[in-house]
Amino acid sequence: MDDAIWQAVRLTLVLATTTTVVLLVLGTPLAWWLARPGGWWKEAVAAVVSLPLVLPPTVLGFYLLLMLGPNGPGGWIARSYGANTLAFTFEGLVIGSVIYSMPFVVQPLRNAFEAFGERPLEVAATLRAAPVDRFFSVAVPLARPGFLTGAVLGFAHTVGEFGVVLMVGGSIPGETKVLSVQIYDYVETLQWRQAHLIAGGMLVFSFLAILAMMVIDKRLRRRRH
Amino acid sequence: MTALFGPSGCGKTTVLRCVAGLQRVADGYLAIDGEVWQDARSFRPVHRRAIGYVFQEPSLFAHLSVRSNLAYGLKRTRTAPVIGFDEVAALLGLGHLLDRAPAQLSGGERHRVAIGRALLSQPRLLLMDEPLSGLDTLAKQEILPYLERLHGSLSIPVLYVSHDIAEVERLADHLVLMASGRVQTEGPLMELQADPRLALARMRQTSVALAATVEAYDGEYGITTLAVDGGHLMVPGRFGQAGTTRRVLVAASDVSLSPQPPTDSSILNSLVCRIVEAERQDDLQMTVVLRLGLRGQGAGVLARITRKSWDRLNLGVGLQVYAQIKSVALIGAGAATDAPDARKTGQGTAPGPVRAGR
Repeated sequence: MDDAIWQAVRLTLVLATTTTVVLLVLGTPLAWWLARPGGWWKEAVAAVVSLPLVLPPTVLGFYLLLMLGPNGPGGWIARSYGANTLAFTFEGLVIGSVIYSMPFVVQPLRNAFEAFGERPLEVAATLRAAPVDRFFSVAVPLARPGFLTGAVLGFAHTVGEFGVVLMVGGSIPGETKVLSVQIYDYVETLQWRQAHLIAGGMLVFSFLAILAMMVIDKRLRRRRH
Repeated sequence: MTALFGPSGCGKTTVLRCVAGLQRVADGYLAIDGEVWQDARSFRPVHRRAIGYVFQEPSLFAHLSVRSNLAYGLKRTRTAPVIGFDEVAALLGLGHLLDRAPAQLSGGERHRVAIGRALLSQPRLLLMDEPLSGLDTLAKQEILPYLERLHGSLSIPVLYVSHDIAEVERLADHLVLMASGRVQTEGPLMELQADPRLALARMRQTSVALAATVEAYDGEYGITTLAVDGGHLMVPGRFGQAGTTRRVLVAASDVSLSPQPPTDSSILNSLVCRIVEAERQDDLQMTVVLRLGLRGQGAGVLARITRKSWDRLNLGVGLQVYAQIKSVALIGAGAATDAPDARKTGQGTAPGPVRAGR
């Protein structure tokens, strides 16, 4: 197998891992906040988070490109450390992936937080647990299936993204050329063998990821009931 | 133990949630034992209130073992624990369940764990919201003795919400009657039960609880003499050492009245008393309030008699009569200590109230 493929595999895994970690860190408080009772504006925020589900990736990518580019907020941030733009960089790709995969992490987490209701938290409060304590000792463990689903979906979805990557990342080997873009290149240049290799590999990976998630999820649920 | 009693939806649970701080009423004021927990300017959050709360459903933490559920509150108390883990496990019979997951427990066991968990958080006030309502009769009979024992052995005041008068009669010392969001009246259980103006006395199965002290035991016939305020009751069976306090329940339908002292009767208990009030129940029946003792100075008892008898015997308020009590039920803290023995020797199946009489 040639080095280009390995490079793309490594880059894709690093990108997906980074994105998933960032999403769990940002998505957990967001999902928690969305799961608490509140007004209509919470639903508005939830709708914004869910936009990538329905928006064409190229539309999302277009706006991201403007934001990350030299004249957007991304450009200002980049200038603070001497660069010119966040577009066509690995960092820019992480930001794009985080936004693109956000609903796949936030939604399962929100569902999990909503599933056990207010009662366990009330019980914890009457047992002297302060709010932060309640969150970590009761809400997080009870939402474990949601964390698992969110992490797997977020990871797999980032591995599979194409449109956004192409718009904000371009196709720089080792920097932004992930597997899905690599396939596109191979097909365009009629290198069928390599395209087959990556496509088949990603098919198997996706199947295994979903299967593992379902099996573990079932285990977790069975232990409770 | 103070019971909040009233029909569903009358606001009992809301009162409890407000005391716990789970719910906040505007311009409310709440002080417990001299500490202000809520007034116009301050509101103490739930986790800073020294309460234990037993919810209607046991609501155990599904991700923790029984042991960790019990220890959850204990670990978080600021003061040195007064109620110990082993003590609670023994009191509630949880020793063999500690390593199980909540999913592996029966309904009654879950309720016991929930009660233990609340106790171990070292509450100065225990709040119980119908802790037995979700249970079937058998599981209820399993928990009640534990609740009675708790009442007997720990000196924590309890606010107990219930709409089941049988639980209240068995457990409560003090009663708060509620209806549509307001307190109707409150007072010692035994006083309120004997008040014919209250809904309690009008219920079909009405009875009055009496505080009784074991006075003597007649070994030949197996009869225990109990002293109640204003008289004595004789009941078959042995109910502890002299001086033991018990609670007896006298059902209004088990009391019949006679103007003269009855001479020949198989009924053991015939107590002199005075009629203090009488109220027509319906076309057929009267509810008569009696006070035991020659001058009517003792405890109150209710009698349910027919209107025909009332007129035929020429009864009236202020008259001295003899109350014949067909049977009394022994309940209360003492019954629980006997229950495990009774189970061991196979004398009784469920540790419910001991019916004794005739």
